[in-house]
Amino acid sequence: MSTQIPKQTEESTETDAETEPASKGDERRAEKRRRAAERREQRQEEEAEKAAADESTVELKVFRYDPQVEGKQEPRFDTFHVPFTKGMTVLDALMYARDTYDSSLTFRHSCRQAVCGSDAMFVNGGQKLACKTQISDLEQPVRVEPLPHAEVTKDLVVDMEHFYDQMEAVEPYFQTNEYPDGELEEQRQDRENREKIKMSTRCIWCGACMSSCNIAAGDNEYLGPAAINKAYRFAMDEREGEDIKQKRLEIIEQEHGVWRCQTQFSCTEVCPKDIPLTEHIQELKREAVKNNLKFW
Amino acid sequence: MYEHDVVVVGAGGAGLRAAIAAQEAGADVAMVSKLHPVRSHTGAAEGGINAALRDADSWQDHAYDTMKGSDYLGDAPAVEALCQESPEEVIRLEHWGMPFSREEDGRVSQRPFGGLSFPRTTYAGAETGHQMLHTMYEQVVKRGITVYDEWHVMDLAVTDEDDPAERTCHGVVGYDIQSGEISGFRASDGVILATGGMGQVFDHTTNAVANTGDGVAMAYRAGVPMEDMEFIQFHPTTLPSTGVLISEGVRGEGGILYNEDGERFMFEHGYANNDGELASRDVVSRAELTEVNEGRGIEDEYVHLDMRHLGEERILDRLENILHLAEDFEGADGLEEPMPVKPGQHYAMGGIETNEFGETVIDGLYAAGECACASVHGANRLGGNALPELIVFGKRAGRHAAGEEMGEAEVTTGRSSDWEPADYEFGVEVGETGGSDPAAADGGAVATDAESVVGGAVDRAQERVEELLSRDGRNHAEIRSAVQETMTANVNVFREEGRLEETLEDLREAREAYKDVAVSDPSRTFNTDLIHTIETRNILDIAEALTMGALAREEFRGAHWRKEHQERKDENWLKHTLISWSEGEPELWYKPVVLEGENKTYEPKSRSY
Repeated sequence: MSTQIPKQTEESTETDAETEPASKGDERRAEKRRRAAERREQRQEEEAEKAAADESTVELKVFRYDPQVEGKQEPRFDTFHVPFTKGMTVLDALMYARDTYDSSLTFRHSCRQAVCGSDAMFVNGGQKLACKTQISDLEQPVRVEPLPHAEVTKDLVVDMEHFYDQMEAVEPYFQTNEYPDGELEEQRQDRENREKIKMSTRCIWCGACMSSCNIAAGDNEYLGPAAINKAYRFAMDEREGEDIKQKRLEIIEQEHGVWRCQTQFSCTEVCPKDIPLTEHIQELKREAVKNNLKFW
Repeated sequence: MYEHDVVVVGAGGAGLRAAIAAQEAGADVAMVSKLHPVRSHTGAAEGGINAALRDADSWQDHAYDTMKGSDYLGDAPAVEALCQESPEEVIRLEHWGMPFSREEDGRVSQRPFGGLSFPRTTYAGAETGHQMLHTMYEQVVKRGITVYDEWHVMDLAVTDEDDPAERTCHGVVGYDIQSGEISGFRASDGVILATGGMGQVFDHTTNAVANTGDGVAMAYRAGVPMEDMEFIQFHPTTLPSTGVLISEGVRGEGGILYNEDGERFMFEHGYANNDGELASRDVVSRAELTEVNEGRGIEDEYVHLDMRHLGEERILDRLENILHLAEDFEGADGLEEPMPVKPGQHYAMGGIETNEFGETVIDGLYAAGECACASVHGANRLGGNALPELIVFGKRAGRHAAGEEMGEAEVTTGRSSDWEPADYEFGVEVGETGGSDPAAADGGAVATDAESVVGGAVDRAQERVEELLSRDGRNHAEIRSAVQETMTANVNVFREEGRLEETLEDLREAREAYKDVAVSDPSRTFNTDLIHTIETRNILDIAEALTMGALAREEFRGAHWRKEHQERKDENWLKHTLISWSEGEPELWYKPVVLEGENKTYEPKSRSY
């Protein structure tokens, strides 16, 4: 895909601390890691004592893994005790734990309002957006893990490349053969048609659906619910016109397309934007069948 | 080292539009962004895009409204460019498939917004920014533009002449968050900064955690002045507990503000007898806080925004997203009860000084979008004017950087003929405390060829990262929150001299503390501790410049209110505040505002709504 980072081929002039023989920097870092680990243990003990004495704390069990850091190369769970405040979300609790106890605790987050799609995680066994999941709705201890069925980069961060590849495999951009005359003239779209595609355009690319999907877990080439929903968004948009729709249906009908879906509804259940993903996939199947009959 | 013609830093609305424009003009473009493009905070914009699309409207009216809204601190050539080009850019988005809300006849809908003389705000529900961001990213995918996502740009690679106007930008230094690799990005035709807002300078903000003003601080340290930093927009309707934005669209559709006594205070207490809730944002924010300060706030903190009378159908059609936000982040059901709201930091009118083509004083360095100051918003931005700024000025910067001929700029950059030095004594030391994080360029040794300029910047960044990772020291988080607290307490909607001075002292302390900052996560993999530590330096530089501007500007204009100076002083202050970083010292100076447009001069009038 064109938007991927190209591999660096030329000779690098940078010093690469990882491949050099033990340098002063490495020693310093090793020493530092030891000190940091000691500090962390001490802090966590203190906090655990404090928390045990206080009922209004949240107990978080957070998945930890770092391929490079001693002690974290084997995945483990760390426990954090966070003082509960009204309205606290899982993201708030994670940020508190990071800023107070362990600055190496790693997770993606940005907007804090469920629109950037950075912080989908596996919370108490379900795919959730951390920023819109209230602690008060969860049983404790709250178990926070990275999204299943994706490679873990570190702690709660997973590699999203495969998800992005699937999204970009469905020609995810508007196409039409006919524009109105005049540069300042918009295409007309009736309200019903806009309403029809509205839910599908709400996708924030968080990856929760793909992570929840059994089929995607077993078939790495399956487009997955988010990408098919993206295709739906364009296929149903009447501004694109019939011949483009034809092309859209061919894309979603491929071997690893809509027909793989077994209507288990897990994607629909976890979608934080309430997009009826399974329905959209079913509707595309029907469209494809109708279309094939037409040419039969 | 990666090499491209044009390198765009940041992949929100302005960055995406700039990249598309530069590529259309024939350049090999790459985008470098610390977030994947669809994570950018453009996606959180709700209300809409102002564009004079219809016969009954005109770009001239839009320009007039914008100049008035700016309290006559917008530069007319930039304002007119915004208003002239917004219609074609909005239609272009529609042609790219953006799902706008529609009228019965299938045309793009428009609604009233604060400070507008015509309902010219186009929108897609209350999720306009999300739709705009995704539509433009789709175009970037279609065109195969290279995106280096989750690469944090640490600094610019600029030459080192004494006079910033002589300097040239040859690229940037990027840190690959995933792998820890540090690499140069050589840009042979130009670097475009499109890094967005700086809301993390405050602790109650609608901005994302990623909005740390990186581009502004980077350009500043390279010698580009920050312009009008004291002008911060506090949005009148944010949720009290989180700062999540409740769109002006709610008031545009007819939502009403009430105080604790159930009074419609915008009218009943005379804040805006004509426009009421739809007065300009600065006016409404001050009104709300005055209500709270005079004891008529709810829980001494907020007021109520009521939209129940609009009816479920209209709310679901045009404001559905607001229902979700109020429910998820404040536990309020907007169909059944009024929503609690209070002012929160929302937008920086100021930023990197540019002309109307996005050029900065440094050759080859551009800026567009919220990080830039062209200036189209002056002392106060109108709702619905930020999104058109992204597409109009993103496009302009992209084309210019790619070498398209665009004529002479009317807005000047740097200390051209009519600048004037400031003679304000701050009483508190400002600027570099010595030791940490050298500036990108400060005069001195001049590296002549582009390769060694970029190489030198890479070396400096590498040293800095090694230093932060290997030493023992303080965590940045406490320093960041100290800055956010003092800024929110003292440099908010209401500002007074003594407290602004205290803030400068607090910031001095924070700078001292930052000298000992260290990163305790030793990992090269996805080290967010390191990234946040680097960002906190940017927050410090911006907070200081912002507070300096707020102290020096002894008048009340737009969003900048001063207790000791209760009127707009046109005889002295029809001028922009500029702060330049010079060998570790912030220097304050001024340049006149440009009120002469294409065919008319915008004479300052008293501003009432």
